[in-house]
Formats: sequence, structure tokens, C-alpha cells
Amino acid sequence: MKKLLIYLSAYKKESVLGPLFKLLEASFELIVPLVVASMIDVGIVSNDKGYIVRMCLIMTALGLIGLVCSVTAQYFAAKAAVGFASRLRHGLFSHIQSLSFSQMDKEGTSTLITRMTSDINQVQSGVNLVLRLFLRSPFIVFGAMIMAFTVDVKAALIFVVVIPILSVIVFGIMLISIPMFKKVQGGLDKVLGITRENLTGVRVIRAFGEEEHEIQKFDRETDALKRLQMTAGRISALMNPLTYVVINAGLMALIYVGALRVEAGILSQGQVVALVNYMSQILVELVKLANLIITVTKAVACGNRIQSIFEIPPGMDAPSRISEDSSKKASSVKDETGTVEFNHVSLRYHKGGEQALTDIHFKAGKGDTIGVIGGTGSGKSSLVNLIPRFYDVEQGYVRVDGRDVREYPLAMLRDKIGVVMQKAVLFQGTIRENLLWGNENATDEELWEAIKAAQAEEFVLQKRDKLDEMIAQEGRNLSGGQKQRLSIARALVKKPEILILDDSSSALDYATDAALRRSIKELPGETTVFIVSQRASSMLHADLIIVLDDGNVAGMGTHEELLKNCEVYQEIYYSQFEKKEGAAQ
Amino acid sequence: MSAEKKQNRQKETLIKVLKYIRPYGLLMTLTILMAVISVVLTLYLPVLTGNAVDWLILIADPSALDVSSPWPRLFSILQKMGIVILFTALSQWIMNVCNNKIVYSVIQDIRKKAFRRLEELPLKYLDDHSHGDIVSRVVADVDQFADGLLIGFTQLFTGVITILGTLGFMLSVNVGITIVVVVITPVSLFVASFIASKTYSMFKLQSETRGEQTALINEMIGNQKVVQSFNRESQALEKFDEINGRLEKYSLRAIFFSSLTNPCTRFVNSLVYTGVGLTGALAALRGALSVGQLTCFLSYANQYTKPFNEISGVITELQNALACAARIFELIEEEPQVPDQTDAVTLKDVQGKVSLCDVSFSYTPDKKLIENLNLDVKPGQRIAIVGPTGCGKTTIINLLMRFYDVDQGRIIVDGNNIKNITRRSLRTSYGMVLQDTWLKRGTIRDNIIVGKPDATDEEIIQAAKASHAHSFIRRLPNGYDTVIGEDGGSLSGGQKQLLCITRVMLSLPPMLILDEATSSIDTRTEIRIQKAFALMMEGRTSFIVAHRLSTIQNADVILVMKDGHIIEQGNHQELIAKNGFYAKLYNSQFAIA
Repeated sequence: MKKLLIYLSAYKKESVLGPLFKLLEASFELIVPLVVASMIDVGIVSNDKGYIVRMCLIMTALGLIGLVCSVTAQYFAAKAAVGFASRLRHGLFSHIQSLSFSQMDKEGTSTLITRMTSDINQVQSGVNLVLRLFLRSPFIVFGAMIMAFTVDVKAALIFVVVIPILSVIVFGIMLISIPMFKKVQGGLDKVLGITRENLTGVRVIRAFGEEEHEIQKFDRETDALKRLQMTAGRISALMNPLTYVVINAGLMALIYVGALRVEAGILSQGQVVALVNYMSQILVELVKLANLIITVTKAVACGNRIQSIFEIPPGMDAPSRISEDSSKKASSVKDETGTVEFNHVSLRYHKGGEQALTDIHFKAGKGDTIGVIGGTGSGKSSLVNLIPRFYDVEQGYVRVDGRDVREYPLAMLRDKIGVVMQKAVLFQGTIRENLLWGNENATDEELWEAIKAAQAEEFVLQKRDKLDEMIAQEGRNLSGGQKQRLSIARALVKKPEILILDDSSSALDYATDAALRRSIKELPGETTVFIVSQRASSMLHADLIIVLDDGNVAGMGTHEELLKNCEVYQEIYYSQFEKKEGAAQ
Repeated sequence: MSAEKKQNRQKETLIKVLKYIRPYGLLMTLTILMAVISVVLTLYLPVLTGNAVDWLILIADPSALDVSSPWPRLFSILQKMGIVILFTALSQWIMNVCNNKIVYSVIQDIRKKAFRRLEELPLKYLDDHSHGDIVSRVVADVDQFADGLLIGFTQLFTGVITILGTLGFMLSVNVGITIVVVVITPVSLFVASFIASKTYSMFKLQSETRGEQTALINEMIGNQKVVQSFNRESQALEKFDEINGRLEKYSLRAIFFSSLTNPCTRFVNSLVYTGVGLTGALAALRGALSVGQLTCFLSYANQYTKPFNEISGVITELQNALACAARIFELIEEEPQVPDQTDAVTLKDVQGKVSLCDVSFSYTPDKKLIENLNLDVKPGQRIAIVGPTGCGKTTIINLLMRFYDVDQGRIIVDGNNIKNITRRSLRTSYGMVLQDTWLKRGTIRDNIIVGKPDATDEEIIQAAKASHAHSFIRRLPNGYDTVIGEDGGSLSGGQKQLLCITRVMLSLPPMLILDEATSSIDTRTEIRIQKAFALMMEGRTSFIVAHRLSTIQNADVILVMKDGHIIEQGNHQELIAKNGFYAKLYNSQFAIA
């Protein structure tokens, strides 16, 4: 939580002025009992109507000044809290964007999203409350004590005893109940988990007739949650009665000591009334404080969750520009634009985990088509993900255009490469807006070319608004195949030197897939293409096919070569083509 | 008109809430009793304090009265105070505990009911509604409702009783001053509601903008990898900042204006306090009031106005809670699927004869999908369904499993219309593997035995071997006892699918439905699984949906679907010979770039 406070530093003035005005208001509130006391002691005792009226005017004035101070305080507090949250959101958003793929894999996007949204909202209201009220309560408590001292030192000693006892009760209950509230939150998470699981798995659950079983499981979890909530509730239910007892015991003591002092002629009746009033003010503030504490502890917990994201160092070190040293080196050799070279590359996602890729070594020339094939989990996607440097290699190096990918600024590297991922993702906006992701300055003509090449022309033309057709969030109003084709078009708009199709035509039927490959082949300029697929038919004519098995290269070569001497490839191939038919044209 | 409607709805919701509270009537009576006791005692305390203060005068000036010593009297008052304090605290505590118990029990009841309804809702409802929304109803809304209910119980109750009680006490002490208090206080309510009505639109603007921002975050962070691969970080941030800026502006307004309520009402309260001070002091001058009574009045003035402040807050809180409750009740009251008929048959020893007679079905009335579909499947036959995306393949499965009911026509299994068969027995007669794998949180074993909870270890391992899942399960840290996270966690798509297949291999139901069951599995493994499937399909009626034509060549009947109709029907050789749509599909698979 602490580190987040730097986002508040831009609002130093507000963060100081807010509580300050609040304290000012509180001070005026503290004067009121004194005014009442003198009203009794001077006004009533000496029978002075004018004095009483004057005192009442003073009280009204105090109230008015209090109002002005308080409104000012609210304004500054709101400004600081809202500004803080807004800066925090900005900071977190851009921090998350700097995370690398492996870090995002580890955190999971859904938690990142909750932290950006609900957690920050919690923190915002926490900061607002703290600025407004958190200082006020202790101030009133201690202020009341100090005022009591000005009335009478001996009687005020009662405050000195009562306040520590109160603090012990308040903080004790807080300390006990915070972990309990955390457990409650955990219980709630479980209830949420089961509910979500049942929604996503509704078909399977019903297919196995498991509804009753799931209901029982849910009942068990809610029962557990209820028990947790009740235990936590029982503890925090102690807060009010206990503080009530302590304060009123103090009140009784005050009256007793007050009586002794009055008898001794040291205190007046009005002064005793003032002391009693101070004691009740403390009670009122404590009740407020108790309500606050829950909000604040929640905010701190959320703040810590946010901070833990900030503590993840930004993903990868990349130079902000290409060093002269390396560009000299690169320019001295011949033009290697469009080439991709893997030099004994291995990759490991987690320290201590299995190697995802082992000793990958090949070179793709400009305009080549490289096929990557292999079974589930054989490392096909991992291999192509290294080219735009989504992950860093463990050993060896990857070179693009003759230069190690780690020497490029990330943006520059990724500008050269068009990636179409397995999962087709489109964004809310028009088709045009989505395609312009590839190149902001593309003309409509260029967009249509890309759409045509991606075999999407037919259905885009069918849309009422053509390029201006709105795509719903997550592309919900398009079919899987349509989304895939548009995401391919988006990559083509970029006119990349290197195009990576990561199993990106799985939702297309074979005919469309074939047409797509044909048109990509015919693209102007010599694009180096990587095709990742489980379909052997997708890469029959590739210049180089890399066959992966469990992260290792099981074979490399053209279709004919592999069919002759690569067992894994033969197995894949013949599993898709029957032997006689399969010896395709 | 709409405000009236809203009020009516609130009233209805309130009545429903009360129904849920009714079983806890006894606790409820207890908590009300305790509330009354604690409030009365709390209010009685200032009277005692006032008395004590009055005795102070006598201590200062014993000659004023002919009491020999005021001290014993003072002590007896203090003693009374002590007892009152203890009982107040005790009744407060009992009240708090009761409230907790009522609220958490009620919301648990509601949650259970909501979940039970979830299991009974027709799939159409679940398919049509955002899952996030349903989850947030069951979890967040219920929680919010609990908060509101708890605050309502503890503060509204005691608040109202306090106001009434204070009024009574004040009236008993002095009528004139009471009137001053009663006249000034509503001003604070007026101020509060004025501010609330002004801020409502600002809050609405804030929550709309917040929604917009959440949507953007969802989209951008959720698809961060795509954003990064297109170098769109700065544009995304730009868009984000634009919304963020607006949100900041609206939030500031909403928060600032709404936070005016508190200082304003407090100012009104201080006016009340001053009013009491003035009239009280003047009355004391006339001798109509003792100083002790004035003290007591001043503290009443404080106690009387406080609940007004709280109540205005509590009412918004309660309205919010009721709105949440309404959303939950909406879910609970959603029409459940038609229950099984009382005389519904339980399928036993299924032969596997399935017929579809003149079946018509559509998800939305204005978009016809399946029309007059006829199909006769003999026991043990293997039916493959092929066709382009959106042609209705998966819909047929929805109908066979009775996830959806047909609009017209009948589906007959072993001579029974499936509407006359218990859903459970119908569905468990099918073993289903879908393209969308689903695994629950739990161990690998838990996930495999879903269909056969009493399976032995040998049976489980045998099934896993048949589905070729055994080798990867064995390599997991704890083998079959490895706990997997929500939705399969770190398992790959293919591994998840293997587990789903194992599940069916274990329970071995009499009929099978395979909807793209091997789409995420590489073709080599697939071939091996196909062999296991082939073994399993022996003698079992099976329905297979697949993209890969290689997987369906051996089917007895291939249904070629397009736009909800069966356009071709026959086995592989026949269809190829026919040289129609199927032949075209088949050949395209082998087309060369």
C-alpha cells in the first residue's frame, strides 16, 4: 500500500488541506461544550439573558464556520482521492502493458482486471475516508482529553485512563477480526468459483445428472461461509457494547470525582457538564471510527493487491533504440531483411520446469514459407512466439534481419512482424478500426486488399455497413471463422516482413484454408511466412517444414524429404491422408 | 408513473424479503425486544446523569436543601447508572448477535435457493444471459443485500426507536423545548434528500463512465498479447486516459456533492443544539428547568438528531439493497425448465434406437433453424454429422440431450418420447464429449469419476489408458491426485480433452455423443483415441460431429447438414459417388495450395 502513495504526491496540497480543514472544524466542535458550560455558569447563575443569547449566537457562528471548513475539507479530500485513483489507474494500466507474456501467464488476466477496477475503487474510497475522517476521530478523542485538562487536571486524568482502554478494545477487535474478514473473503471466493464452474459446465453437469451433487457441494460451501461470517460478526459485535461500557464507566467516575471537586469548591456545575459532554463526544467519534475501520482495512488489503502488481518488474529489457555498435555490425554483412535465424535455441517457461523447446536451429530466408507441425504441446506456438520476442530464450539466440531480437526496441521488432494468434481476438469498434490496428495510415483500398487476401471479402460485403460495420466486444456478433479471417486481414494490413499464422485457420473449412494460403503466397513483396498447424495439408508446399515432438526437432526439410525419412512426420501425414489417396497430386 | 412503478416494485421486493425473514421470527422478536430495551436504557441514562448533575448543586451548597447529606443519594444514582449501563451493553450485544444470525441465515437461504434454481433453469436462459452477470447476482448482489439488511436492522430499527423514545422522554421533561427540537430537525432531512436528488444524476454518470472503462480494461488487458503484438500499447493507453479523465471529472462531482450531506445535516443539528441551549437556558432562568434537566436535554438533542442523519444514509443503503435483492429474486423467479412428468419413465437397459420425427426447432422465433428433420437410428449405428459452421450440428445434440425442447415433432428413444423420460436417465444414457472442455476445480480423479463416483482405482487407470491420458497424468506431480485449478488450470487444451474422454470411457454409457471431441488433440494421438472410441462405439449408438472428415469416414450414416436441413444422407462411399456437397467438402480437405 505504501508505495502507492507516490500517486498521491501530486495532490500534496489537497491531502494536507483536506484533513487540516477537517481538524479546524473539529476544533470548533470542541469549543461548543465550553460555551455551554459558561452559558450555565455565567448566564444562568447570574441570570443574564443577554449573555445567554450571545453565547447562542457564538454557537451558531461556530456551526457556520464548521460548515464552511467541512465543505472545504470534503472538496479537497474528494479531489485528492479521485485524482489519486485516476493516476493510479493510469499507472497500473501502463504497467500492465509493460508486462511480458510469461508474467501475464503467471498472473492471469482476470485478476489483473479486478485489480484495475474494483480494487482501485476500494482504495479510492479508502483514501477519501481517511482524508476526511480518519484523522478527525483520534483528533476529537485526544482533543476532548486536552480540553478536559484545561477544565480540570485531576478530573481529566479519568480521560487518561479511559482512552488507552478504548484503544486496546478498538485495535484488539480490529486485529482479531481482520484475519477473519479475510477468511470470509476466501469463503466468498469459493462460492463464486462453484457458481462460475456450474455455469460454464452446465452441459456436462446435466449430462452426468450431477445437479443434486453440485447443489450439495454449494450448500456445504455456503454453510462454511455462513459460519465464518457469524464468527467474524460475533467478534465485531463486541465493539459497541464494550466501548459503551468503558465510556459510561468513565462518565460515572467523572461525576463522582466532579462531585468531590465541586464539594471542594474547585469545579463549578457547568464545568462538570462540560466534562460529561467531552466524554460523550468521544463515544460518538468511536462509533464512527469503528465503521470506518472496516472500510479502511478493506482498502489497505486492496491496495496491497495492487502494489503486488506494481512490484512485478516490467517485462523485458529492450534498448530504446538500436545501438550503433550493433547496427555497424549488421550493416557490414549483406542485406538480411526478412530473414529469421534460430541458433541452438532452447526455451523454458518456468525456472525448474521442463524445457519447452530444446536446441532449435534453422534459418529462414526472405520470402520463404516455413511450416511448423507437431502434436499437442510439442512446442509449435512456443517456437514462433520467440520471433516477436514474446518470450526470451534460455539459450542460443533468435535473429531477425540478421540482428538478435534482444537488440531491437520491442516496438521496432514487432512492427516488422504480423502475428495471427490461435485465438482470434477483435475489439469493439468498426471493422475498419480493427483493421487499422495493423497500420493506422492504410487506405480503404489497402484494407480491401487485405480482406480479399484473408478470404473475408464475401462476408464483409454482406454486412450492411461494410467496413463501418460495428463489431461487438470480443467480436461476439461474428462467427469463429469470420473472426479468424478478420484477424488475418488485420495482420496483412501491416504488410509485415514476416507473417506468423499460429494455427489461425482452425475454424476455417479446408477449401477456405487452401484459398487463404494461395492468396498469401501471392502477396506482393517477399513475405516470410510461418505456418503453424496440425494439418499436414497446410504446409505441403512449404520451403521448410519443422517437425516438433516434445520440444525437440524430430525432422526438418521439405514435404518429400520428410515423408521419406521422418517417422513422426509420416505418422502425422498418414493419420490425415490415407496412404493411397494421400500421395496428393 | 415510473416512480410509482419503481415504488411498487420496491414494495414487492420488500414483501419477498420479509418472507425469507419469517422463519427467523423468534430471533426477530428477540432482536426487536433487545433494540427497545437498549434504546430505552440508553435514553434513560441522560436522565440519571441529569439527576446526578442536579445533586452537584446540593453538594456545592448543602444548605440549599434540608437533606442531611447528598452523598448517599448521589451514590444510589451512580449505582443505578452502573446497572443501566451493563444492561444496555448486554442487550446491544445480544441484538448485534441476533442480527448477524438473521442476516447471514437469510442470505444463505437466498443463495442456496438461487443456486438450486440455477441447476433447474432451461439452458436457453443460461446460454442467453451473460455468465458474469449471473455470477454477480449470486455473489455480489447477495453480499450487497446482506450489508444493506444488516445496516437496516441495526441502524434503522434503533434509529426509529431512538427518535420515538427521545421524543417521549423530552416531552416528559419539557414540552416547549421538545417542540423546538421537533420543528427544526426535519430541515436536516429536507437538506439531505435535496442533495441526494441532485447527486443521483452525477452518480449515474459516474457509474456509466466506470462501466465504459471496465469494458475497455476487459478488452485491452484481456487481450494484452494482441495489443502488444501490434504495438498498440500507447494507443490503448491514450483511449484509456481519455475515459479516465472523464471518469475523474464525474467522480469528483459525484463524490463531492454527495459528501455535502453530512456537513449540511450536521450544521442543522448544531442549530437544533443551539436552539435547545437557548430555550433551555431561558427556561432555566424562569426556573422551569433545572440545570440537570438542561444537560439531559442537550444530550437528547444530540441523540435525537443523530438517527435522522443515519436514516437518510440508511435509506439509500436500503434502496440499494432492495435493488440488489430484486435482481436476485429475478433469477430465483425465472421460469424453471418444465419438470419431469410425474409418470416419466426411467430409461433402463437402453437399446439405442433413436428417431427424430418431423422435428423443427429454432433458438429465436424469427430465425428458423431446423425444419421437419427426420432421422431413424438403429441400435448400435454410428451417425456422423458434418456441415459448415452454423448449420445446426450442435443444435441436434442440444435436442438429443434435451438441453432444449423441440418446437415441433418428437424425439423418440427406445420407443419413448423423450418428454416422457426423466431427464436424468435420458442424459446419463449418453456419454458426451464436447469441443468445449470443462473441468472442475479438484483432483484429476475427482474429474474423471464424475459419471461413476464409486469407480475403483483400477477402473480409473484402465479408462485413462484407453483414452491415452494415463501417461500424462502419471507425469503430473501427484498423479491422479494432482489438484487442477478452475477450468483445468495449467493443462493444455489437448490434455483437458483427454480427461473429458476418460470421463466417458469410465462411465461407459449405452449411447455416445462426440462433438468435435478430439479437435484439440494432435492427429497422432487422435488416431489412437479413435481406436479406443471405435472399441467403445461397438454396439453403442453414437452421434459424432467432426470437422475432420477422416474421423467420420467409417460412420454407418453420414448426415450432411446445411442451414438446418439434412441435404445428403448415406455412407462415405455413397456420398462420394453422389459427387454432391459432401464430395466437395471432402475433396477440399486435400486441395493443394
